[in-house]
Amino acid sequence: MKGMTFIVKKTTQLIAGIIFLYGIYIIIHGHLTPGGGFAGGVVLAGSFILLILAYGSDFLNLVKEETGSTLYENLAIFIFLFLALTGLVAGVHVFFANWLPHGTPGHLISAGFLPLYNIFVGIEVAASILTIFLALIIFKEEILK
Amino acid sequence: MIVYLLCFILFLVGLYGVITRRNLIKIAISLSVMEFSSFLFLALIGYTEGGVVPIVDPADPVKTYVDPLPQALVLTAIVIGLATTAMLMAVIIRIYRKYGTFDIREIKNLRG
Amino acid sequence: MDTLIPLFVAVPLAGAFLTMILSRFVRHLDRYLAAAVLLFLAVISFRALFTTGETVSVYKAGGWEAVNSIPIGIYMVLDGFSAIILCIISLIGFLSVLYSFSYIDRFTSQNYFYALFCLMISGMNGVVLSGDIFNIFVFLEISSISSYALVAFGVGKNELEATLKYQVLGGIASFLILFAIAFIYWKTRTLNLADIRTVLGQGHDHGYYLLIQLLLLSGFGLKAAIIPFHAWLPDAHSSAPSPISAMLSGVLIKAVGIYVIIRLFFNMFEITEGMAVVITTLGTLSMVIGVFLAIGQWDIKRLLAYHSISQMGYVVMSVGIGMLLMARGIRTEVAALAITGGLFHMMNHAAFKGLLFLNAGAIEYSAGTRDLREMGGLAKDMPVTSATSFAASLSISGIPPFNGFFSKLIIIIAAVMARFYLLAALAAIVSIITLASFMKFQRYAFYDKKPSAVKEGIREVPVPMLISMVILAIVCLLLSAVALPGVRETILTPATDILMDQMKYSSQITGM
Repeated sequence: MKGMTFIVKKTTQLIAGIIFLYGIYIIIHGHLTPGGGFAGGVVLAGSFILLILAYGSDFLNLVKEETGSTLYENLAIFIFLFLALTGLVAGVHVFFANWLPHGTPGHLISAGFLPLYNIFVGIEVAASILTIFLALIIFKEEILK
Repeated sequence: MIVYLLCFILFLVGLYGVITRRNLIKIAISLSVMEFSSFLFLALIGYTEGGVVPIVDPADPVKTYVDPLPQALVLTAIVIGLATTAMLMAVIIRIYRKYGTFDIREIKNLRG
Repeated sequence: MDTLIPLFVAVPLAGAFLTMILSRFVRHLDRYLAAAVLLFLAVISFRALFTTGETVSVYKAGGWEAVNSIPIGIYMVLDGFSAIILCIISLIGFLSVLYSFSYIDRFTSQNYFYALFCLMISGMNGVVLSGDIFNIFVFLEISSISSYALVAFGVGKNELEATLKYQVLGGIASFLILFAIAFIYWKTRTLNLADIRTVLGQGHDHGYYLLIQLLLLSGFGLKAAIIPFHAWLPDAHSSAPSPISAMLSGVLIKAVGIYVIIRLFFNMFEITEGMAVVITTLGTLSMVIGVFLAIGQWDIKRLLAYHSISQMGYVVMSVGIGMLLMARGIRTEVAALAITGGLFHMMNHAAFKGLLFLNAGAIEYSAGTRDLREMGGLAKDMPVTSATSFAASLSISGIPPFNGFFSKLIIIIAAVMARFYLLAALAAIVSIITLASFMKFQRYAFYDKKPSAVKEGIREVPVPMLISMVILAIVCLLLSAVALPGVRETILTPATDILMDQMKYSSQITGM
């Protein structure tokens, strides 16, 4: 697919990195401020989609990108499930228990497992929205050929 | 009471769209509007009188908070709505390729 | 037993994601992984069925204990009724996966099929095991979205149109359920089923509860395909690939439709006479209209799909009779018999309808057509398929010694003892018309002469498909033993008790 004009490309070059960092900020501070895994993941996916839309891409790159994002999505959600299952074996013997030390409320490293869950959900949501976008774009490219 | 009535009106707008529109994309958008009205209703239910945002501030502890449980329910339901809409869009694009039209009156291959 | 409860949901999820990660490295790993996951689920669900008995096991996810005897965590509840549905899900699921080893071979991207199948199984297990109403909604959506994708798996024109209708109506159903959950939360400020029962027992606001009950009945009735919400079922069940048709018709409309209606109306709401009359009427209408719509069909799978509506009408009608007798407070032993008949018929229908859809898939695999007027004389070329199909047709028509006879007998006897003579007569007439319809199916498919235009060289289907069909036929015979007094005590009576006793479910959960 073709890219867009020069102005769009320059603006995207400046902004995409900031959006990426903003998404990571929302994910990591999920236990202190509103947001968390899902909202941060959507913003993260937004930065990738902005790059693909502005610069265009040819067909083979898109297919390779899609296999990569599918792999990340499944890996992230599998690690999430694995972390939830560790509650069954490690000490507390309850599924989905929060058994890491809780720390003091209000600090960045606190609340046990919650930051880890937020990070993996964020990666998973970002990869899955990117996969949905790429699947629809690839289908359109196949029609046009 | 007025706010709940507005949610109901939004739901009726969505239902009108699903029933009367012929273009498939408009049916999908009306289905989304219907779902968003129920999210709004669910989030409005959690309001308690004189409540503030349910974030615990260590400097200023004791206050009445708005009920945070419906907000968590709405977050989950938004994700589910996203998945449903994405699935519907994928099917609609493939139908466009097979039938050549978005008009729902042309798509009646299965009868009886 | 307690630690095994979250595994029902976690193991199929892990299987689905592992399939997607590893299947690009090892060939054919996806089918063996799916079969192993479902075999494991079948083993632990049968163990749960035979060891649960009268106890209600509660698993508090995350370890959040009750505060002032108000449940605040996510509860997963396993009792006698849930154990029956779990066994149905895992057994029919395992046999469908075995069948699809050969059937799905002609499609591309098979790893998606097995991953979506495991996700659907996980969603259904979650609906059956959840103890609060919002988790029912979340797992219902997981299994519904997976089934939308599975119906459209071979992307032809018919499949896409069928899944579009299914998706729009399913989306409206999910919206109605979410709306009802919002209304419930507004009044009771809790989401746990047992706790809602306790709160609803204190106040009485009849108009409000009637609205919630009607919304929930419409939403889950759309999922269970009761008349007048049946418009998506013939298209979706006939256009899907055959193992998915067997899963949809044999398991999905029971696990996320009928099971939730029974659980909510018996254990969460108080039984009122108005709703009991509505449910009985809807069941009777489904029973009658379903079979009359099925007579004129010439497409095998559409015929079977319309018969699904009719047989689900049997289950809903008998449960409605039980509810009506309990609401009037008279003759509770007849109510117990009616509910037992309904649950037994649900088990039987999963077995024989699954077998019928697998047979239709085998016929389509070999003969290449689904129209009854274009085939004939298959009994000589496909002996195993013809024998199992004959057994399944006798089961659904209610001929002894197969299982359909015993469950329909219990339903008709319960209707007669409760003095609903019209309902008993309708049930018997519908059974005779079902027999006529299936005799037509058998004659045109297997025993007639071959029409001249049919292709030559029709052989028997491959071995995995044969194994699953034979096992299901044996299960059909074995299930008639559940009507015997000794076996019935272990399997069906705990389920009936937890539904009949008005306060047992809620008191056992909030007491823990």
